[in-house]
Formats: sequence, C-alpha cells, structure tokens
Amino acid sequence: MTNAVGVAVSIQQVEKRYGALQALAGVSLDIPEGEFFGLLGPNGAGKTTLISCLAGLARPDAGRLTVLGRDVVADYREARRLLGVVPQELVFDPFFTVRETLRIQSGYFGIRDNDAWIDEILANLDLADKADTNMRRLSGGMKRRVLVAQALVHKPPVIVLDEPTAGVDVELRQGLWQFVRRLNAEGHTIILTTHYLEEAEALCSRIAMLQHGRVVVLDSTANLLRDFSGHALSLRLADGAALPEALVPLSAGQVDGVWQLRLPDFSAVERVLAALREAGIAIEGMRLSPPDLEEAFVRVMQRGRS
Amino acid sequence: MVSFRTLLWKELLRFWKVSFQTVAAPVVTALLYLLIFSHVLDEQVQVYESVRYTAFLIPGLVMMSVLQNAFANSSSSLIQAKVTGSIVFVLLPPISYLEFFLAYVLAAATRGLVVGAGVLAVTVWFAPAGAFGTVTPLWILAFALLGGAIMGALGVVAGIWADKFDQLAAFQNFLIMPLTMLSGVFYSIHSLPGFWQRVSQFNPVFYMIDGFRYGFFGTSDVSPLVSLAVVTAAFVVVSAFSLALLRRGYKLRN
Ligand SMILES: Nc1ncnc2c1ncn2[C@@H]1O[C@H](COP(=O)(O)OP(=O)(O)O)[C@@H](O)[C@H]1O
Ligand SMILES: [Mg+2]
Repeated sequence: MTNAVGVAVSIQQVEKRYGALQALAGVSLDIPEGEFFGLLGPNGAGKTTLISCLAGLARPDAGRLTVLGRDVVADYREARRLLGVVPQELVFDPFFTVRETLRIQSGYFGIRDNDAWIDEILANLDLADKADTNMRRLSGGMKRRVLVAQALVHKPPVIVLDEPTAGVDVELRQGLWQFVRRLNAEGHTIILTTHYLEEAEALCSRIAMLQHGRVVVLDSTANLLRDFSGHALSLRLADGAALPEALVPLSAGQVDGVWQLRLPDFSAVERVLAALREAGIAIEGMRLSPPDLEEAFVRVMQRGRS
Repeated sequence: MVSFRTLLWKELLRFWKVSFQTVAAPVVTALLYLLIFSHVLDEQVQVYESVRYTAFLIPGLVMMSVLQNAFANSSSSLIQAKVTGSIVFVLLPPISYLEFFLAYVLAAATRGLVVGAGVLAVTVWFAPAGAFGTVTPLWILAFALLGGAIMGALGVVAGIWADKFDQLAAFQNFLIMPLTMLSGVFYSIHSLPGFWQRVSQFNPVFYMIDGFRYGFFGTSDVSPLVSLAVVTAAFVVVSAFSLALLRRGYKLRN
C-alpha cells in the first residue's frame, strides 16, 4: 500500500461464534481506498457474518474492524456514516413509498434535504417512475434496486454489496454494474460478494476467498486466474491414443474420450502440439478455453478441503 | 438530532398511516366497554361518594387505552421490523441507542395519548353533567404521559426479546393484560377482598390509573403524590432495563 492511498477497510483477526459454530475464525484483510474488492466463498463461509461485523449488525467476539480508520465499535457513528451496505436479504418496509423510504433513510444518516441526490440515484437505478409507488408493489428486482439506493443516500465512500444480483434478471444486472462501476471510478471503494463468479472476475481487481470462516486465498484477480486456473486445453486424439509421456504432467484426466490438459500459459500450446507430432499422434478435435475464476474457485475450495 | 427526529417521524407515520386499526379500532373497543359496563352497572355500583359508576369508569378506560396502545406501538413495530428484516434500516445508520429508545418510546406514548384523547372524546358525553369533581389537567397529562412512556419502554423490551409474533402475544396476554385489568380500571381496589387489595398495591399500573383518575375527581384510592412517585420509579426502572438491552445490542446486534 502506498502512502497516497489509505486503507478503506481494515479487518484484523476477527472471530465470531454462533453457539458451537465458528462463523469467523480469525479473518484479517486490508482493503485500500478505491479498490473494487471481491469477497467470495461457498454458502456458509462467513461472508455475510463478516459484513455484519463491519456494519455493526453483529459484534465480533475478537478482533478489530475499521472503516477509513474509524473503529466500528468505539467510533461507530463515524464508521457507519462512511459505510453503505446493501444487505443480502430482500428486505423492505411495507408502510412507505420508494421516495419516503429514501428520505427516511437519509434522515437516519442526519441528512435533511436530499431530494436532488435521491433523484439522481433513482434515475441511475432506473427507478424514477417508481418514486411514488409503495414498496409492497415493487417486483423483487426493483426492491433490490431500492436497497442499493438506500445504501447510497449518504454518499458513503465505502460501499458493501452482499450478493446484490441474486435473483435479479440479466438486463438489470448490467445496469446495476454500470452504476457501481461508475461509483468505483468516482473513488468509492466497493466490496462485493456474489455467487456469479464471472461477475467477480469482470469487476473485482482483488479477491479474497473465504472458507469455513477463514481467508484461504487473497490475491489480485489476475494472479488468481494465473495461479489457480490457467488455460484449459481439450484434446480428442485419433484412434483413442494415449497421451505421450511428456504431456502426462499437464493432464487433468479424460472425460468421454477427451483429454483435459491444463496449461500454465498460452505458449504451452506450442509444446503440446510438438509432443504430439513427435509421437506421431493425429488430433481429431481441440478446444482452448481461457482461464476463468470459476475454475480457480473450485480448485481453491478443493485444496482447502483436502 | 436529525436521526432521532427522522426515526420518531417514521414511527409516528407508521401508526398514523393505518390509523383506522391503530386509533379508530381501540376507540370503538373502549366505547363498547363503556356502553356495556355502564348499562349493567351504573345503577348498582357506587365507587366513590357522589361519583356515578359511568363517570368513574371513563378515566379508567381512557388510561387503559393509553397503556395498551403505547405498548402495542413500540412492540409491534419492533417485532415486525425484526421478522421482516427491515430492522437493518435502523441498525445500519449512526443512531445511538439513546436516540433509538427515545424515538420508539415517544412515538408509543404519542399513539397512547392520541387513542386516549379519542376515547375521552367519545365517552365523556356519557358522563352525567358535573360528574367530574375538581379536574386538574396537569395530573391527567402527567400520568397519561408517564404511563404511555412506561408501556412504550416495556414494548421496546418485549419487541427486542420476542422472536415471533406469538411470543409477543404471550407477553401481552400474560403480563400486560392482567396488569391493566387488575389495576382498578373497572373498580376501586377498596372494593376488593384484602388479599387482592394488597396484590394490587404491587401493580404499578394501579398507580398509573389511580393517579390519572385523581386528575378527574380530586379523589383517589391513594395520594396522587405516592402514585407519581411509584410511576416515576417504574419509568426509571423499565427505561434503564430497556436501555441496557439496547446498549448491549441484545438480540438486535448479533
Ligand atoms: N444469526 C445466526 N445465528 C446462528 N448461526 C448463524 C447466524 N448467522 C449466520 N450463521 C451461521 O454462520 C455461518 C456463516 O454464515 P454466513 O456469514 O451467512 O455465510 P455466507 O454469507 O458466506 O453464506 C453459517 O454456517 C450460518 O449458518
Ligand atoms: Mg451471505
């Protein structure tokens, strides 16, 4: 971390238990200002619990969390002012319209006349024509967008989105990401948890993978793709030939007669072809897939299990 | 300050938007009580000298409505927010636990007072002319406000503690209802057998109603100063307990 960029979120040795269950087993993370950070992990890994500790919705049993240097327990008022959270559950208050909901939320953050910003958020989230509709009458996707709007009423420098696109249709997702990307470009730090790994891959510059309440991997998205995924090469060999000895270390097995090879980098394709030519094996079919996070994720999680 | 005012405003809007259920319905219920009890008992029962039963009953019903509705307001608002998850909207912002407490209690007391005023407005016509003695509005207001605040604070406790609506209903049926019913709404405790008189003296709600009634008649079972002291003490105890729960984040922040 350079001197010019501060730490948006610092999480140190955070532990949280629910009865016998250790939901967080000593999590430490530093997220620099301006980063688009991904928090990934299977269901029950502790992502929401970690966010809850950060937002003051849960009290950690041990450890310390700060938002832009403000302790979330000791200096909770300032810390909460700096943080906007989109909760995972699709919650709403059925008594109010969209605009009332946002005005009330602004008021909770101490902001009185916020209509200009509220209108801007509504326009960006494609909700302008729903401003005076009661929350009850919105579709799930719209309610989700209102949740995003509620998290933004106080223009928080740090924004946390807990699975914001679960159950949201594709078109809507695109619109939401465009908006969140813009917020990130304007300097907001974004922390995202999602089940859609291609989303994390496209958006996040750095990723932490959580498993059983521990950070099992923390790295830039580019490094993760390189270290845990690499290019995948599928090969169908003529006459069901076996792989030449030289290629066996690259093999990830055979599926329906198709060899699956994992290549550390693109140039390895050259070596594979040379080895096959040398062994006199003809190629019937071949497909090269670029690295993807899904694969990296699965491999990291398997490694964690073994 | 803005946070507190917004939360208070939201809590007021919440019941006002459904005022048919939250204000009109309890007013009608109280009116029915009055019609039935006064019809049956007005000729038979004389509680205080020169006070007709109907006139005696009216302040009791008003106060009972204040208390029950104040409790209902904070408790139902909290349990509903917890069950639906919308409680996060008040937990995420920088609202202190004191602001939180005050907003819920003040809104609850306000609903109690609004309903109480409604009950008074529709029942007062049934009292015979000159039925009330020396009316002292300050006593009336003080007891209504304190009673509403105590029940609002108790509603906060119940709303925090209960995880489901039926747990809240149990709280209401096994604690709030007996406390209000056995408090002299419908009778003077002097008409009770000795044992029950002594039991009633441990019921803070008895003092709320007795003191409130003093404001209408200038007569009561115990001195209004004693009632005020008991009721104030009850307010301090319930508030302290409620604030302690909020401060710890009991059930709300875990
Ligand atoms: N309030 C709670 N009470 C008991 N257990 C909980 C509570 N919240 C979460 N858990 C448990 O803690 C673990 C982590 O949950 P969570 O943080 O929601 O995971 P994720 O968001 O990664 O899916 C899970 O096993 C979950 O069942
Ligand atoms: Mg989760």
